[in-house]
Amino acid sequence: METVTLTVKQVPDLYLECENVNPDAFAGKTAEQIAKMGAYQGKEISTLGEFFTIAGNAGATAADTKIVINGDCTKMKYIGAKMTAGEVVVNSACDMYTGSWMKGGKLTVNGDVHSFCALAMAGGEFTINGNAGNYLGAAYRGDWRGMSGGVLRVKGNAGSDVASFMTGGTMIIDGDVDIHLGTHMEGGKIILKGNANRRVGGQLVKGEIYVFGKINVMMPGYKPSGEVDLEVDGTKATFIDYTGDLGERHPKRKGATVYGHLFMKK
Amino acid sequence: MSEYIIKNGHVFDPVQGIKGDKKDIAVKDGKIVEKVSSSAKVIDAKDKTVMAGALEVHAHVAGPKVNAGRWYRPEDKHFDSHKKPGITRIEGGKSIPTVFKTGYEYARMGFTFAMEAAMPPLYARHVHEEIHDTPIIDEAALPVLGNNWFIMEYLKNNEVENTAAYISWLMRQTKGYGVKVVNPGGTEAWAWGLNCLTIHDPVPYFDITPAEIMTGLMTANEYLGLPHSMHVHQNDLGNPGNYKTTIETLQLAEGVKPKNTFGREQVMHSTHLQFHSYKGTNWGDFESAAKEVMDYVNKQKNITIDTGNVTLDETTTMTADGPFEHHLHGLNHLKWFNVDVELETAAGVVPYIYDPNISVCAKQWCIGLEIALMAKDPMRCFITTDHPNAGPFTRYPRVYSWLMSKKVRDERLNTFKNADKVIGATYLANIDREITLYELAQMTRAGPAKCLGLMKDYGGLKAGMNADIAIYDINPDKFPSDGPAIEKAFGNAAYLFKDGRICVEGGKVVDMGQKKTFWVDAKVPENKQVMHDVREKFLRYYSVNENNYPVPESYAPHQHIITVDATKA
Amino acid sequence: MPKDVTDVICPFCGTLCDDVVVTVSDDNKTILSVKNACAIGAEKFNHQRLPGRVKRPRMRQPDGTYKEVSYDEAIDWTAKMLVKSRKTLMYGWASTSCQAMSIGHEIAEKVGGIVDNCATVCHGSSLIAIEDVGVPSCTLGEVKNRADRVIFWGCNPAHAHPRHMSRYSIFPRGFFTVKGHKGRKIYCVDCRYTDTAKCADTFIQVQQGFDYELLDAFRTAARGEALPDTVGGVPKEKIYEVVEELKGGRFGIIFFGMGLTHTMGRNHNIDEAICLTRDMNDFTKFVIMAMRGHWNVTGSGQVLGWQYGFPYAVDLSRRDQARHQTGETTSVDLLNRNEVEACFYIATDPGAHFPINAMISSSKKPTVTIDPHINCTTEISDVHIPVAMVGVEVGGCAYRMDNVPIETRKVVEPPEGMLTDEEVLTKINNRVDELLAKGGA
Repeated sequence: METVTLTVKQVPDLYLECENVNPDAFAGKTAEQIAKMGAYQGKEISTLGEFFTIAGNAGATAADTKIVINGDCTKMKYIGAKMTAGEVVVNSACDMYTGSWMKGGKLTVNGDVHSFCALAMAGGEFTINGNAGNYLGAAYRGDWRGMSGGVLRVKGNAGSDVASFMTGGTMIIDGDVDIHLGTHMEGGKIILKGNANRRVGGQLVKGEIYVFGKINVMMPGYKPSGEVDLEVDGTKATFIDYTGDLGERHPKRKGATVYGHLFMKK
Repeated sequence: MSEYIIKNGHVFDPVQGIKGDKKDIAVKDGKIVEKVSSSAKVIDAKDKTVMAGALEVHAHVAGPKVNAGRWYRPEDKHFDSHKKPGITRIEGGKSIPTVFKTGYEYARMGFTFAMEAAMPPLYARHVHEEIHDTPIIDEAALPVLGNNWFIMEYLKNNEVENTAAYISWLMRQTKGYGVKVVNPGGTEAWAWGLNCLTIHDPVPYFDITPAEIMTGLMTANEYLGLPHSMHVHQNDLGNPGNYKTTIETLQLAEGVKPKNTFGREQVMHSTHLQFHSYKGTNWGDFESAAKEVMDYVNKQKNITIDTGNVTLDETTTMTADGPFEHHLHGLNHLKWFNVDVELETAAGVVPYIYDPNISVCAKQWCIGLEIALMAKDPMRCFITTDHPNAGPFTRYPRVYSWLMSKKVRDERLNTFKNADKVIGATYLANIDREITLYELAQMTRAGPAKCLGLMKDYGGLKAGMNADIAIYDINPDKFPSDGPAIEKAFGNAAYLFKDGRICVEGGKVVDMGQKKTFWVDAKVPENKQVMHDVREKFLRYYSVNENNYPVPESYAPHQHIITVDATKA
Repeated sequence: MPKDVTDVICPFCGTLCDDVVVTVSDDNKTILSVKNACAIGAEKFNHQRLPGRVKRPRMRQPDGTYKEVSYDEAIDWTAKMLVKSRKTLMYGWASTSCQAMSIGHEIAEKVGGIVDNCATVCHGSSLIAIEDVGVPSCTLGEVKNRADRVIFWGCNPAHAHPRHMSRYSIFPRGFFTVKGHKGRKIYCVDCRYTDTAKCADTFIQVQQGFDYELLDAFRTAARGEALPDTVGGVPKEKIYEVVEELKGGRFGIIFFGMGLTHTMGRNHNIDEAICLTRDMNDFTKFVIMAMRGHWNVTGSGQVLGWQYGFPYAVDLSRRDQARHQTGETTSVDLLNRNEVEACFYIATDPGAHFPINAMISSSKKPTVTIDPHINCTTEISDVHIPVAMVGVEVGGCAYRMDNVPIETRKVVEPPEGMLTDEEVLTKINNRVDELLAKGGA
């Protein structure tokens, strides 16, 4: 695997659209060629070379390419978005759309990310060693297809509207979340190690949510249906199994109604 | 205006019976002429196909539900909104393109006219605002009338003259083109959450049946002598077993005679027939009834149809058939938009994915193609996708490739996930017919022009007709054998002339032309009863004042008014 | 002789009452009286003749004062600002015509603007919800002619849409509603006992911030599932009782307003209300409608819809594509994050409605405001271009809250020499073309 190292040399005035910063776009290019790739700041087209010092050439394919980014990326959008393979490590906080529409590969952010990250993520591993903003792993506006695959880990807290319209994959959040976790969920698994504010699993059709901490207010459409002993992400514990959202439609399989499950750690 | 001479092209013109012969076409002052001066610009069409501009007979391209479909589906264009170099604006949307993209894409495919298939009268101003903003192509819109309170009240008492007078008044208010019927009676029933699934189900409160509404409107249409016939979206759309209702509806035309001065020979246009040609009792035993339906269509000469070809895409369904969209939402659970329009109609919108791996979708694809391939008279069967219901109109080139090449369509058919099951439930595998370029010109030019009452100016290349000319990079002697090549040629006209101006060159839009809005002004004897009823309904039941109902002149700055006189009828 | 102009469309709220009669002076210059309009609507017409109206553009001077300048000078300054700025917020549009919007969008596409309307601080959350789950709705005449169950949830038309209840929703007698008010059951759900609640047969007081839970409880009850004893302060017995009454109606409608759009969860409250409406269609006919506030904000969404496919917050900054993301390309977020370099405001007053931090950010950027009146925003602008009042001094198309468009009427002449929005925007557009042809500002 070849490594391309990007070091921020100029922080953009506005926000820089880094849709070219991912292994798929870099694959097969030399450092010089990468420096000439475009990046928008409003209507102004700049090059990556104007904002980054670029060292090392990319591998022949995305899978053979690793990108390491150093310096302040708080005003950079779309890093690692749509990546299908390879690896990206960002040693900074990042702005919106980091790792969105990601299909494969490995993305690590050693810092916080803003909103709309991992939007409609379909595969790969995405680790955020900081906090995440709103709409983490949610669907793009209007879409009914949110996060559908892969593994997303957040070491810190996440905001509101996390995992809206999730249909598959696994999301693990070590910290707390604000309101609306797993709204309209139709599959997949959310493991929340901390607390949730309110509105967990509202309008949920299918899927599983595990909560280790507390929920301030439970949704009215959930009812307890017993206790189960489970091992969840390495933790063995007893959970209360709530089925819901009973206000929402639910599919039938072989004549039986399939409900969503909210497991609350005892 | 400039003069042009298009030389050496292979001309296909059903109006003059030209079947691919090399013939020069002369253009002057926006019209096709016999000859031009020596200073005329020469367009070399050697090894190319020359046809009249195509006409869209039925598409949802402008108006409130189309726009709802646009703005409530940001995901339909999040990655599909681009500006091409040149004079064009940003073009967005896959299944429901923006107005700019709509005009450009039709032009790039060689179209010069499109009929908006359903205009809710109360929203006519919205429809015309969008038509106004759609570049290049000429357009008209059909007001929906099959669930209109005036119409139902008059027809309940067999008052054809009052019906005709009301239609005449409404077309003037809305700048409408003809009589559209969508799920007659069923959409009014939907205002109470109900439906009319057969043509004999009584409409709640109004005490009339869909069959009576359609027969009455057909009669009124011919009383007025409108350029287009009654244009009907039948009851019970999209349900297994509906073909019996379909044939029963078509039979309503038996014995009705066309009466007009436009050369139109049909009294009923039955639209998107694919959705109405289903056998079976449920989605499990669902199969094609294309043969049964087309056997009837082929022998009944006073009806025309269009196909409604499924294109196997993710799309957005939209129709004034309100109860159908509710039903569809119940099947796929995708976001449901609905609006009921006071005294007039309703509309619904639901996204839909025609997944080739699902055998129902694959069978629908077969049925649409079968209808076109079983049509004996290409002058009475037109190709549509009921845009965007069965797929976006931008897929026409792909539909043509399936119709014109057995190889291309068999490749698709045989690679369906459940190919055996699909083939077993349809006729397509056993059909060898390939639509020829001449037949294509009939099904997309001369045919729709005649059906819409526009054959004087549109659909042909005879001297005196509009210089709307599409030139494709297709050598008829070496017709492309693979799908993508056919698609590319039909999707990127080498030239498109609109009213004698080159609007597309090499697939690129180079001129916005001067689009026209068509509407029909039907003169009837003064009718005090109808005017009294109009006044009363506005005072008591409408939510806008009568004086704020008409479409102002400024909404159609380049209007083309077709006048008919029914005062002596 | 004074004369009456009839069928006039009120220029105030999204109800777009079109039965106003305005008496004007013989010379077509002065409005003498206004009939049929509500107090707010009438006042809007009266603004036309208020003394002290600004009649020529004004430009901010180094000492902070405004100086009168010519239209040409103001337009030149504006065009240069737009051409220079790498990303411009172009916000407002709600009090102008669709025709004017179209010209504005053309400018935005050339200069890289982000076009946003006041849905962004109003019913934008409703639009997000509709993007997510659709909406079963109808025109206002349907309510008048058919509705026998009317719910006002988090809205107060008695104050915000004064003629709504008499024209459409509570009192009118329609085709199937010959008994008018007596034939309808009116519900009001709110955290306060409002003047609208006083007109209701049933008032349900929901604890603030619990609308989502209460709506979910209605849905749960409609499916016959069990509920906790109270939800959002409402006893479960009441919830079951109301749900049964709603199911028993022939045609129900939910009207909702800021009480849902701007309380906790915002779009999710609307989303859940829409889903309740959808569920109720399994039992009877049910529809839902947003009480759109600002006059033609609906029209802005429509024009943006047919031109770009998004209802508001349309980011054209790259000039080669249109994008839309509430939370990113919305005005308040753009200002709070300092994502734009210049501000262009038209036909709306963000200074009066945006959060203070957003306006502090805005005040530090080059700013142009096009508005007939002096308002909070003109006070932090570099240039103020006064224009004729749309719907009073010039006509143009506007969309009602149920998306019905109405061509509005001109009732009097604007002050002499005053340009309209369309004229000003056309001149800016032409000036932008000239500047771009020369290679920039």
